[in-house]
This record gives sequence, structure tokens and C-alpha cells, in this order.
Amino acid sequence: MRNFDYHRATSLLDAVRQLGANDGWQVLSGGTTMIDLLKLDVMAPKGLVDITGIAEMQGLKVGPGSIRFGALARMADVGDDAQLRSACPALSESLWKAASPQLRNSARLGGNILQRTRCPYFRDTSYECNKREPGSGCAALDGGRTHLHAILGGSKRCVAMYPGDWAQALIAFDAVVTAVSAAGTRRFAFADLHRLPGDSPEVETTLKRGEIVTMIEVPVVAAMKGSHYLKARERESYAFATVSAAVALALDGDRVSDARIALGGVAAKPWRAGAAEAVLKGKVFSEALAREAGRAAFADATLLTDSAYKIALGADVVAGALMTAHQRAKG
Amino acid sequence: MSDNPPLDAARRSFLRGTAVSGASIGLLSGCAPLAATTPAAGRAGAAERTATTTTAAYVPAGAHATIRLTVNNRPRTLTVEPRTTLVEALRDTLGMTGTKIGCNHGQCGACTVLVDGRRNNSCLMLAVAVDGARITTIEGLAGPGGSPHPMQLAFAEKDAFQCGYCTPGQIVSAVACIAEGHAGSAAEIREYMSGNLCRCAAYPNIVAAVEMVRDARKG
Repeated sequence: MRNFDYHRATSLLDAVRQLGANDGWQVLSGGTTMIDLLKLDVMAPKGLVDITGIAEMQGLKVGPGSIRFGALARMADVGDDAQLRSACPALSESLWKAASPQLRNSARLGGNILQRTRCPYFRDTSYECNKREPGSGCAALDGGRTHLHAILGGSKRCVAMYPGDWAQALIAFDAVVTAVSAAGTRRFAFADLHRLPGDSPEVETTLKRGEIVTMIEVPVVAAMKGSHYLKARERESYAFATVSAAVALALDGDRVSDARIALGGVAAKPWRAGAAEAVLKGKVFSEALAREAGRAAFADATLLTDSAYKIALGADVVAGALMTAHQRAKG
Repeated sequence: MSDNPPLDAARRSFLRGTAVSGASIGLLSGCAPLAATTPAAGRAGAAERTATTTTAAYVPAGAHATIRLTVNNRPRTLTVEPRTTLVEALRDTLGMTGTKIGCNHGQCGACTVLVDGRRNNSCLMLAVAVDGARITTIEGLAGPGGSPHPMQLAFAEKDAFQCGYCTPGQIVSAVACIAEGHAGSAAEIREYMSGNLCRCAAYPNIVAAVEMVRDARKG
């Protein structure tokens, strides 16, 4: 591992000052992505600001109007929280079905949503990669193995898949991010945090230089009780999603009054499937309708080599998740 | 348990000796900072090393910081670079080679230790970032007088390993799995032990060992 300066922030103000004053510094929280990528030489910051000791960024608050997540809360603590599991199963399941117990003990929520892609060509510096080295090319599209790449939201320059689970539940429930820098505090939709790769896949988020995500807030809606996160993977546990779906339903009698569908394992960023939601809204719920929504979720997919399975599997995952969500929504 | 193999103390001492030979152990309370040279630093190719030892709050690249850990209930003071991982500090600086490095990327769980009571992959933690923490390694599980921990006995009883390389991480993780309350069923044990890979595939026996300790506690 290359060496770097290390600074343990004593406060949020100290952290943003340190980041604002030093070019090429990065935030260190749980470190499960950062230290991995430092060892691979994919990331080479001049310095790291360790923010894990900042008191005001910890904790989880499940309130009547909103659920607030401190960016430094641990994935394990939040995923295991009984109040959250009851208030919104999908926000809990998408945490405890991610990674391993050890990783969830280290990893913090802010780092989790900002985790980097698992594209093997991004992670191996011997390959060309427009994300890691802008303009160098894309080894995935240039004859690489793309069975785990993005079939939604990719570009000619990059088809790296966003690997996170929790982000799908956040985008389904219109989460709001708070970010702080030396310039002040901003609040914006979680849906606007990640960028599509387009011509500049190296720019992954809309965060400004020196900005730290401090909190994620999710407004409480009726559909949370009728929610589910279904994750298909190559083994039963401890693997990234081949396809996953965070879904939620609210019912007015037999009819669907609210539907939320987001897709993991298939897109370049956290992915809300609006067309699939539209299939459900106002209709009487049935398995056939759930399957129709599943197909609609992938109508705009761009197939890559060896990725056709994701369309069929994805439609099934969305439909299956909706069946469970419907049971929960009925109460 | 009469057929348990005796711990081979001579072999362990030999391994520990080779792990630290050829490099001064740069830890140790009272040791001059100038002597702070770790095999980890040597491997990383830091030809010039500054003599600066700082507090862990700010450590320039290449400098060494003095940190304090409580490892298996024993206070330890050691010097590390910013890039020194916890597993390197344990193995290379403190000479405690019970904790293994498998993948070194947080994927296999061989390096699992308890940090302030939580199981973590020590290969993905910077030693400077856990300054002040209480660490429990496989060496710290034994009871007074060196009697093996019930989980160690259960792994032997249930034949929960073949080559044994992942075993220290499995055992530490298994102790935490029960302490967390995640050992309610075989399915839950499999889910919550999934961060520890075993390439010999002793999984059914590992699950049996965890169940054995869980049931003994209940009784």
C-alpha cells in the first residue's frame, strides 16, 4: 500500500476544513471500500481524514414522520434494528442482506451509499478503464466479461454496475441527503446523488469537493409497511446482487394506491423503475399484474454479452418481491 | 475430549520466532521511536523512514505514530505507519500470528478479530484508526490457565476444519455470532457465518460446532 497522511477529525468542522484545505485528500469512514482499493492501487489519496469519531453523525432515529440515518451509523446496527425492521422491512433487509457480518460492523451508511463499483476491470490497474483513468478505454466493452455489468444507464464509455443494496431502498422511498462542506450545508434528493456515466464515468456523484454526507432522511409513507427487498445472487449469502429489487405497495381496498420499485445489480446507479410502478398504480393487484410490472422494469435494458439472463431473472425478482410486498401490505 | 490433540507449544513458539526474526519489533512501551521498524514497512518498500513519532491524531505519510491497544486484556503500546493495517500490527509488530491473512481484501474472514467486542476484518482496518481499542484475537479466547474456549473444543469435537487456515477467524467469528444472538437456527448460523470462507468446505461441521456451544449455553 502507498503511504498517505492520516488525520483523525475531532469534529465535523475540523473534517471539512481539513478536506477544504488539502487537495487530493479523501474521507475515511469504515474503510471497507477505501482500504481495499488502496491495496489495489485503484485509489491513491494524499491523505485520509478519519471521520469515524464525529459524534453528530452517528445514530438512527425512527420517527413518525421520517426516519433519520446518521452517515456514520453502522450497517450492522441499523440492519439489526427492530424498530426499523417493523417500520420498513426493505430498508432493513437491504442492509443485513449486504456484505458479511464483519463488513457490516465496520462499514458506515455514508460509505455504503458511496461504495465504488465491483467492475473487475476498474479494480485491476492492468486494464484500461475510463472510470479509473479517463480516456484510457473500457476493457469491459472491449471484449471483456460483462455478465455482471449495467444493462440500464450505461454508456459507450462505461458499463460499470452500481453494486449497493441499501441505495435501492433509499431511492424507492425518496430519501434526502444532507451534505456539509466548508461552504455550508446542502439538502438534496438521494436520486440526484449519483450520476450516470455518460462521457465522464470518473465523476460518480454530484458531491462537491470537500463535501461530506452527514445524514440520510427518508419520509415515512404508508407503503413502507408493505415493502420487501429481494436479492438474487450466485450463492445464498454474502454476494453482490445479480438482480435485486426494493419494492413497496400501499393498497386502497384491492387497488394499488402507491407502488415503489427500484432495481439493484443491473444499473449504473441506484435505479428507480418508474415505468414498472406505473403498471401497478390504480390497478387491482394480481400475480399477472406483478409479472407485467417485472417485464416493464427491464423494457429499456441494453443487453451486453452474457447478460440476457438478467432480463428474465430480473422480471421474476421484481414479480416475486411484489408478491411478498402485497402480503405485507394487506397486513 | 481425551482424544483432542495437545497444543503443540514448541511448534507455535517456533513460528512466532520466525515471524519476528530479522526485524526489530517496533512496539513496546519504553522502546525508542527510532527503533520503530516493522516488517510491514519493509515490505512496502519505504527506503527512508522518518524518525518522527507522532500522536495518532495526525500522522504524516512515512512517519510512525504511537498507539495503544488492549490486546487480549493486556495493554500494548506500539508504533505504526498510517498504512499499517490492524492485522499487520498484530502479526508483524506484536508477533501474534494466530490471526491469519487470507485474501487481505475483506472477502474471506481469516483475519477476523473482535474490536471493542465486534467482529471485524482486521485486514481492512488501519491500526492508527483503532487507537485505544480493545482487541480480542484467537490467542485471547482461552480461559484461565490456558484451557481452550468452548468454541475451540467444539471445533475439535465436530471436526470443523481440514487444513485449519481459516479456523482462527471462524472461531472468533463464531463466538461473536452467538454473542450477537444470531445463532438461533442452522439457517441463521449459515447466514451470519457467511463472512468466513472455508475452502476445505467444512461448513456443515462448523455449523454443528456453533450449535453445540449455543445449546451448551442454553442448558
